[in-house]
Amino acid sequence: MSTIELQEGTPGARILGLGAYRPRRRVTNDELAQVMDTNDEWIQSRVGIAERRWASEDETLVEMAVAAGGKALAASGLAPDEVDLVILASASLQAPIPGIGPQVAHRLGIPRPGAFDLNAGCAGFCYALGVANDAIRSGSSRNALVVGVERLTDVTDQTDRGTAVIFADGAGAAVIGASDEPGIGPVAWGSDGDQYSAIEIAAGRSTMTMAGQAVYRWATTKLTATLEEAMAKAGVTAADIDVFAPHQANLRIVESMTKKLGFGPDTAIARDIVQSGNTSAASVPLALTALMESGEAKSGDLALVLGYGAGLTFAGQVIRLP
Amino acid sequence: MPSTADIQAGLAEILEEVAGVTPADATPEKSFTEDLDVDSLSMVEIATAVEDKFGVAIPDDELANIKTVGDAMSYIEKNQ
Repeated sequence: MSTIELQEGTPGARILGLGAYRPRRRVTNDELAQVMDTNDEWIQSRVGIAERRWASEDETLVEMAVAAGGKALAASGLAPDEVDLVILASASLQAPIPGIGPQVAHRLGIPRPGAFDLNAGCAGFCYALGVANDAIRSGSSRNALVVGVERLTDVTDQTDRGTAVIFADGAGAAVIGASDEPGIGPVAWGSDGDQYSAIEIAAGRSTMTMAGQAVYRWATTKLTATLEEAMAKAGVTAADIDVFAPHQANLRIVESMTKKLGFGPDTAIARDIVQSGNTSAASVPLALTALMESGEAKSGDLALVLGYGAGLTFAGQVIRLP
Repeated sequence: MPSTADIQAGLAEILEEVAGVTPADATPEKSFTEDLDVDSLSMVEIATAVEDKFGVAIPDDELANIKTVGDAMSYIEKNQ
C-alpha cells in the first residue's frame, strides 16, 4: 500500500515585514457633529476616537489591500514570486463573489499563490496570522502575505450615531516567512456563536448593527483569559511584553484590558483608535505600524496582539516585531 | 444577607470606583444617566462589578430596566 508523504515544515515562522494604508480623508468629530446628533465630548468619552479615516471612491478594498500588501512586501525584502500564500481578512466586501485575495495577489505580482478571503470579523487579521503561521510550519507554504482590509463606511448607517462615529476604513498587512527561532506564538482562538447577532448585517440589510453594551461586556470580561492563554502558550508573562496591540474597538476596552493584565511600566500600549477609529480586521496591523513609526515600538520587541469581533470570534498571539 | 443599607453602601463604593460618583450622591431616587452622569458603557461596568460583589446575575435585558440607584438596590435584594 502506498503512503501519503508529507512536506517538511519549519521550526517556526516570523513576521518579515509590516505595511499599512490609511485613506487620505481625515474625518474629525466636529465634522460628524455637523451631520448627526453627536459632539466631540460624547465621542471621546465613550469610545476615545478623535478622528478617523474614511476611504474615498477610488480607495477600494483591492486598492487599499494592494497598497498595504506592497509595503509589507517591500519591508520583508522578499520578491513577489517568493510568496505562495495570500490570506485576505475582511468583513466588508460589497460583492461576496469572488473573494478578492486572488486579485490582490495578482496585482502584487505574486504568481498563482494559494489565495482566499477569511471572514472572522474584527478578529480576521489574527485568525489569518494563525493560519499562515501553521501553513509555513507544516510546509504547505514558504512565505505568506496576510492582509486585513476594511471599508466599514460602506456598511455603516451614517445616521446611527452608535456605529457611524466608530467605524472607519483602512488596510494593514504582514509578510510571514520561515525562521528557526519562532517569531509567532501559538494562537489562542475561539468563538462565542451564541452571540452571533451582537454585531451583524442582518439578512437583506445593507448596514451593520451592534449591541454595544453586550459587546463591551463580553470584551471586558471574557477576553482577558484569551490574552493570558496566548501568553501562557508562548511561555511568556505580562512582564515580558514590550507592546500590547489589541483590536482597536474602543479605547475604554483597551484601557480595561491593559489594567487587568498588569504589564510593566515600559510596555507600549496601542491607542491607534484615537486617530484611526475602529477599522475591524485592519486595526491590529495599523496599530503596530503606527507604534513602530512613532518609535514607541521597535524591531525585536515582543508584542501581544488580539483580534475580536463579529461572530463573536477572538484570536490572540505573541509575536516578535520585524 | 446584606441589609438594605449595606447594599446601598456597596453600590456607592462601586459607583465611586467606576464612574467617580461621590458616595453621598448615590441615593435611591437618583437616575444613573440623568443625575449621576453614568453612560451606557459605565452601566455595564457597574453591572459586572455588582455581579462580582453581590453574586447576582444582571443580563443586558434586565440592565436596561435599571434606571435609578433604587432600581439597582431592589434588583440586588430580590435576586440574591
